[in-house]
Amino acid sequence: MYEGQVALVTGASRGIGAAIALALAKQGAKVVGTATTESGAAQITTALEAHGGLGLALDVNDAAQVESVLKQIAEKFGDVSILVNNAGITRDTLLMRMKDADWDAVIATNLTSVFRMSQAVLRPMMKARFGRIINISSVVGHMGNPGQANYAAAKAGMAGFTRSLAAEVGSRGITVNCIAPGFIDTDMTRELPENVKEELIKRVPLARFGDVEDIAAAVTFFASPSAAYITGETLHVNGGMYMA
Amino acid sequence: MSDIEQRVKKIVSEQLGANEADVKHESSFVDDLGADSLDTVELVMALEEEFDCEIPDEEAEKITTVQQAIDYVNANLK
Ligand SMILES: NC(=O)c1ccc[n+]([C@@H]2O[C@H](COP(=O)([O-])OP(=O)(O)OC[C@H]3O[C@@H](n4cnc5c(N)ncnc54)[C@H](OP(=O)(O)O)[C@@H]3O)[C@@H](O)[C@H]2O)c1
Repeated sequence: MYEGQVALVTGASRGIGAAIALALAKQGAKVVGTATTESGAAQITTALEAHGGLGLALDVNDAAQVESVLKQIAEKFGDVSILVNNAGITRDTLLMRMKDADWDAVIATNLTSVFRMSQAVLRPMMKARFGRIINISSVVGHMGNPGQANYAAAKAGMAGFTRSLAAEVGSRGITVNCIAPGFIDTDMTRELPENVKEELIKRVPLARFGDVEDIAAAVTFFASPSAAYITGETLHVNGGMYMA
Repeated sequence: MSDIEQRVKKIVSEQLGANEADVKHESSFVDDLGADSLDTVELVMALEEEFDCEIPDEEAEKITTVQQAIDYVNANLK
């Protein structure tokens, strides 16, 4: 389905990003996935190479690395036509105890990086009159969650960014959307204590945590020609725990 | 026509999808050549690329016609 497309998925070493990268690659896109370490990048290469994909090291907070990664991709595969902003972190703590560093790290990695990455891929997309930017936000950006003021602010910010950019570049055939996962079974949620998880599942009508593949399926839809008329939108994939 | 004039006009016609014959010195990007705000940003970016320079936003805002683009390039580039 994605033959001729070049996809960049940030944070593809594990969890949701790894599943997204593999799903796009299996359907024919040339996929570059990123990790913060060289060993993570090598692991991504192993996962994707059968489909012609590649892993690269990238810290989304480092503008010079962003530039160099995009240059490497352009030389090897051509310009990025599908960008998935997936890299993200949590620094959970109640606001009363939140340090500036907790706030800054989450805003930088989860929100400022989306500005930086999107800006970096935009010029070739404008020229090509085609592009897909897909931002992985979170149900928490819509509901709020105690202990996650920084994370919720970043994810809600992402939605506003998405709508504004969608309005700016729609005339060039570029769509910009968010996918807002609920609780998905990854390293990020494995940190949670068992009793907290049990409580959370009680709030989910479909009575389970989501799988990474549930999110990957939503991303491949947004990247596909079938979604060409959807932009500035958030698709919630959360088992019904929040119905927007 | 100087080399710079030619290059500027070529970029303008490519970016704005206008016939080279319609790209006159006095042509305004927006009023005569039908550019929207995004087109003008792309045009400035294309000029930056072609002439390997960076045009500051305050300067870019003042470039609204073909002649102004030619003048800017002549004045600021070797
Ligand atoms: N899991 C959930 O329940 C859930 C729910 C809603 C939204 N989300 C969102 O979904 C996305 C993926 O979450 P996940 O659960 O798959 O997370 P994860 O398993 O913790 O993986 C995070 C990924 O982001 C990368 N990363 C972290 N900091 C980075 C940086 N500075 N630069 C570049 N990459 C960086 C990590 O790379 P390394 O491996 O090199 O560290 C890793 O590949 C995140 O944006 C998250 O907020 C997750």
